[in-house]
Amino acid sequence: MSAAASTDTDTKPPAGRDQRDRQAPLPGVWRMALSRGHVELKSFFRERQSVIFILAMPAVMLVLLGAIFGKEASDAGVTIGDLYVAGIIGAGVMASSYQNLGISIAFERERFTLKRLRGTPVPAAAYFGGKIIQVVVAALAEIAVLLIIGVSFYHLHLPTSPAKWWTFTWVFFLGVAACSLLGIAASSVPRSAARNGVAVITLPFVILQFISGVYVPFNLVPSWLADIASFFPLAWLCRGMRSVFVPRAIVLEPGHSWELGQSALVLSAWIVAGLVLCLTTFRWQNRRDR
Amino acid sequence: MNANGLAVSVQGLRKSYGDVAAVSGIDLGIARGEVFALLGPNGAGKTTTVEILEGYRDRDGGEVSVLGTDPRRGGRPWRARIGIVLQLASDAPELTVGEMVTHFAGFYPSPRRPAEVIDLVGLTDKARSRIHSLSGGQQRRLDVALGLVGDPELLFLDEPTTGFDPAARRAFWEVIRALAGSGVTVLLTTHYLDEAAALADRVAVIKDGVIVAAGDPADLGGRAVADAVVSWQDTDGTRSERTAEPTRLVAGLAARYGGEVPGLTVTRPSLEDVYLELIGEENGEEK
Repeated sequence: MSAAASTDTDTKPPAGRDQRDRQAPLPGVWRMALSRGHVELKSFFRERQSVIFILAMPAVMLVLLGAIFGKEASDAGVTIGDLYVAGIIGAGVMASSYQNLGISIAFERERFTLKRLRGTPVPAAAYFGGKIIQVVVAALAEIAVLLIIGVSFYHLHLPTSPAKWWTFTWVFFLGVAACSLLGIAASSVPRSAARNGVAVITLPFVILQFISGVYVPFNLVPSWLADIASFFPLAWLCRGMRSVFVPRAIVLEPGHSWELGQSALVLSAWIVAGLVLCLTTFRWQNRRDR
Repeated sequence: MNANGLAVSVQGLRKSYGDVAAVSGIDLGIARGEVFALLGPNGAGKTTTVEILEGYRDRDGGEVSVLGTDPRRGGRPWRARIGIVLQLASDAPELTVGEMVTHFAGFYPSPRRPAEVIDLVGLTDKARSRIHSLSGGQQRRLDVALGLVGDPELLFLDEPTTGFDPAARRAFWEVIRALAGSGVTVLLTTHYLDEAAALADRVAVIKDGVIVAAGDPADLGGRAVADAVVSWQDTDGTRSERTAEPTRLVAGLAARYGGEVPGLTVTRPSLEDVYLELIGEENGEEK
């Protein structure tokens, strides 16, 4: 988009304050949410750190882990590489929602972006609408990259049945919603975004990745750790993705079942819990600034 | 006073944080079109007061009306009529100046043209530059542009020129004068007395949560009628005399010297003298 000169307000008369329409209605929430999403995406894709950290990292992990362990057969003709594709897609969804929002909103709060927006007529719904747009686009871009790597290097077969794609769609959206809400809630945890924000937000995510079947196949995770992982969304997100992209790995799952109903239930429960957390803890300003 | 003629009306404003009273009974009235400066040391209650008026903070007591609305209940239409320039806001480093101003313009029902606002703050050359590439003073001017683009009736400026070099400060003052000339009411907080003197129609000095003096900056604390100090060069060196009637003294001197009085100066307390006296001279320490 080009700079200031090309705007739809060009037709308005210059400086004459009195000629302007004081009764004009406020712009609609949808329009503002789209405008927020546009700006969020621009910022996200121009920011080298977010592109590398959020988008490229999972792809790099997939390539590295696949190169190191990928050819090892796990069982039933499933290679560990196959499992990595599905697992890292799950982790990629969480990176572009939870980690992305947790870190970026912590910084926005610290740098007074939120406070400044709060001082304008922008409604909260437009701000969060913009975030949703940004997260969904980033997550889909992430998945596209991972699928291209998977198909090119790991004999990944994209599912053809509509049922699988339907599963993908609801697992994706429930996962994005649950992890986004958790990210928004987590953004309030670090005392200072600049000093420890990245670490505080990222550490639980890294732990979850190790115990939820991302870097270590879920059937190899000790059961007590797997039980802990099963309380959190990532394990169910990854499991849902395995059911879509590595259906023959069903033999490796506990109970030889995908338990998709359980996935839907746990992810939905986290959406409710995350929403309650956000509504009760979200602040437009840092604690010490209040 | 009638709230209709006033952009801001405050009566008996109080606010405490825990046991610490930040604002303990402030009355203010700011007329439409006026440039009003709130002066005071750090921790005096300036920012708390302004943030209550902006709707960022709640208050413990008192009546507040900003553009006829209680900021507690200021909804989106009310926020569309005010502009806020925060201290130290820095965001969207990867957007360009033009993108950012255009984006903010989209929040308002009848914004000013982004290009016009960018020109007003002197950033036309930088319209296509990413925000992170701006100098501190340029970022501050962008902040002002974002506060202005909604075409506010009332603009809040919180310590707008902190960290500016003298030339940038002068340029910034011109922007504020131009705004005031177009009828925008401005509420300014500042540490700088020269800034208040240069811009404000009226100033109020706030200390320990109360207003200790208010008025025309030329006459704050009665300095226009305070005793003047007349000094001149004598054969013995510099002589000076404090007097309530400097004109009479100077006339006498002129007669004595038969024309020019060598090294003549007549001074009244500067705004700074008055201010330092009001806030208690060695008030460097924070509250």
